[in-house]
Amino acid sequence: MRHWSWAIVWGLMSGVAMAQGGVLNLYSARHYPTDEALYSDFSKATGIKINRVDSDDAGILARLKSEGSASPADVILLVDAARLWKGEVDGLFMPVQSKILESAVPAQLRAKPADTGGTAWFGLSTRARVVVYDKLKVARQEVDTYEKLAEPQNKGRLCIRSGSHPYNLSLFGAMTEHLGPVKTELWLKGLVDNMARSPKGGDTDQIKAVASGECAVAVTNTYYLARLMRSSNPAEKAMAEQVGVVFPNQSSWGTHINVAGGAVARYSKNNDNALKFLEYLVSPEAQNHFANGNNEWPVVQGLKLDNPALKAMTGGSFKSELIPISAVGMNQIKVQQMMDRVGFK
Amino acid sequence: MMRLFRPLFRLSLWVVTFLLAMPVLTVLLSWLQWNGVSAQILWEMSQNVLPEYVRTSVLLCAGVSLGVISIGVVSAALVTLFDFPLRRTLEWALLLPLAMPAYVVAYAYTDFLQFGGPAQNTLREWMGLQGRVLPEVRSVWGAVCVFSLVLYPYVYLLVRAAMAERAHHLMEAARLLGAPLRRRILSVALPLARPAIAAGTALALMETLADFGVASYFGVQTFTAGIYKAWLVMDNRIAAAQLATGLLLAVTVLVSLEQRAQSRLRFATGRSDAQSTEARAHTLKGWHGLLAFGLCFVPVLLGFVLPVLLLCRALLESVQSMAVPWVRFVHWSLNSIVLGGVTALLAVGLALWLSSQARFNGTALTRGLLRTVGLGYAVPGAVIVVGLLLPLGWLQSVWPQSGAGYWLTATVLGLVWAYLVRFVAVALQSVGSGYARIPSTLDESARLLGVSGWRLVTTVHAPLLRKPVAVALLLVLVDVMKELPATLVLRPFNTDTLAVMAYQLARDERLGEAALPSLALVVAGLLPVILLSRTLGREK
Repeated sequence: MRHWSWAIVWGLMSGVAMAQGGVLNLYSARHYPTDEALYSDFSKATGIKINRVDSDDAGILARLKSEGSASPADVILLVDAARLWKGEVDGLFMPVQSKILESAVPAQLRAKPADTGGTAWFGLSTRARVVVYDKLKVARQEVDTYEKLAEPQNKGRLCIRSGSHPYNLSLFGAMTEHLGPVKTELWLKGLVDNMARSPKGGDTDQIKAVASGECAVAVTNTYYLARLMRSSNPAEKAMAEQVGVVFPNQSSWGTHINVAGGAVARYSKNNDNALKFLEYLVSPEAQNHFANGNNEWPVVQGLKLDNPALKAMTGGSFKSELIPISAVGMNQIKVQQMMDRVGFK
Repeated sequence: MMRLFRPLFRLSLWVVTFLLAMPVLTVLLSWLQWNGVSAQILWEMSQNVLPEYVRTSVLLCAGVSLGVISIGVVSAALVTLFDFPLRRTLEWALLLPLAMPAYVVAYAYTDFLQFGGPAQNTLREWMGLQGRVLPEVRSVWGAVCVFSLVLYPYVYLLVRAAMAERAHHLMEAARLLGAPLRRRILSVALPLARPAIAAGTALALMETLADFGVASYFGVQTFTAGIYKAWLVMDNRIAAAQLATGLLLAVTVLVSLEQRAQSRLRFATGRSDAQSTEARAHTLKGWHGLLAFGLCFVPVLLGFVLPVLLLCRALLESVQSMAVPWVRFVHWSLNSIVLGGVTALLAVGLALWLSSQARFNGTALTRGLLRTVGLGYAVPGAVIVVGLLLPLGWLQSVWPQSGAGYWLTATVLGLVWAYLVRFVAVALQSVGSGYARIPSTLDESARLLGVSGWRLVTTVHAPLLRKPVAVALLLVLVDVMKELPATLVLRPFNTDTLAVMAYQLARDERLGEAALPSLALVVAGLLPVILLSRTLGREK
């Protein structure tokens, strides 16, 4: 019985954060093990201990909403622009003023200035949503825009993950801004008609499906492809070599990008540490880490990118769309209802 | 003195039931918060996708019932009524799939059997074919297979416990009356196990309905998927909670069907008489024995051996590129085991207490309270989280000094609470069916001899309930270790569990890295399985 009482005591105490300088409580939707180095480097450099909980975006927001003013969170990291916007709109973030952050992060990749003058959240890295295709069966011009994915020449070729996933919701939300809701719904219907199989699995599954011949065209985030290209597993590397990649809409509005970002929690008790951590995340070391660790693009301009896979994909640079993230966030429910109407699973 | 205790007991019964039932109540009360936005969302969904969700969920349940009953009953019957090669090993081996999270099994098989996976590639090479050569794993039927393989141990365990106490005098009487073995099994032994079958199937179906991981990975659009869509995408907790009431309705139907089945049979049995000739298991020889072995081995192979081998293969393939974080694994394992152990003890204690209260004061109200608690298992973990977070968020906003929001998520309090809400129902099922096997006449005899109240429970009921309690402890422990949605949202800092890590890595399409916490989860889950089997074996 004594063991269990200890266990209970330990359990109850294990979560209690000591709110005396030297601690940072982090809620993170970044579930990439390669980020461990980020956190340990920060702790080593500053002596601040990081207490972390990983969850998915929506779970984190729900938790913050109910914890209210008693929330122990100091910094929140999310991986989808629409969710960052939602957190801002729901008042879960504390706008901060920081010259370092404001000069490092371009204006379109951070929140609009709040009435009090601060910024609610800052983008820390970006990822593009691109098209991969079977080089033998598909010509590059047939899939070089998002609109062409819905056209008849691609019938029976398309593999894409579930429409309800945040990455797709944001892409379709951006399309709604460019094309308007009526044309976007028709476009979604065209996608459904072109599917080789009903949506299953994640982005890497879609790439695998193209490589194995189950379908000929897929939509994926760049870092999944880059991960395969840099994998030490020969089978995965071969898979990446079999597919071609195109950054859509280079001659129109540019390729859709999504933003992973961070914010200081509204009721943070360790403001200074929180700000220190966010500023660390836009430092060259951390930004390089996003690039080389998880194959994302750093937000900081002028950084020398040392990622051969990303370089090979883009051949240097690419045109990315400039869309107000609030628009994407606001469209989310509309987009989900459009998908329900056209049968996009 | 006892008279003072009784109203106190009754009050605490109400308090405990209220706390356990709160998420369900919150969900039901969400209909009171009817507003335009959630109404519009619900209406749109009912026009487009809800009918299909319902159809898919019903199909899934029907398939899983069939699968789980056939595998569970056949294996339990073979193992208790007969003797054949390796029976003793298979007796506990059949429990092994209990330790496998359904999501991981789904992932392992998909990786292996999908269009571009090794199975189809090899088949294509051998047979010189093109295109798809095996049916699509990621479909409703694939999900039925995965759930059946992972959930049949519920039925197996309960049926085996019931059959081990098979009414020897009834079987003996049937034998003396000239009934052949086959008839004795089909007409006497199996019907006695019907409540156990019903109870086990109800558990399996509730877990199927509450699942999200397998269904979302397979792209199977169940009713639970609709609830998550309303909550996460439409960001409308009210609509999600209102949809969840539909799920609760389905579960209530399940539970009442099962209760009715139980009450129709008189399953009170006497203590097993080892002297009776029926107590000796019928030995199967020759190809009969081989067939029995095969029938019992296949579920173990498909539900445990094969997925583990596939995971090991994935692990080995990526071990070169991965630095294995051993220290963190120990930490995750400790978290899982401690959380599971604490919850199991609390859950079984509560279940025993609630069941004994219902037995002593069997009013319709008490039974109704018990039924409400029993529904907790079917509620998707994330809906329980919503059901917990909503009222506590309200409390936090109305009374900020209470720090309610903090206690819920910065300590394990909220997490254990969510676990108890879900898993007291599991313990209740087992303890309840165990209690049902104790005749009420025993209570009356004991009372005549001056033993009543708490002493009755400890001296008379407890020894008879050892098996169901052991079963309940095992089921809750393993279930807590595998639990995902509530753990993901409610766990405090630095409390990653094996299940959380396996899920996050598998979801990020890193099966090689997910293999290690998955295998650790399986190994950790094996110990209680073996322990339990030893306990049950010793009882014989």
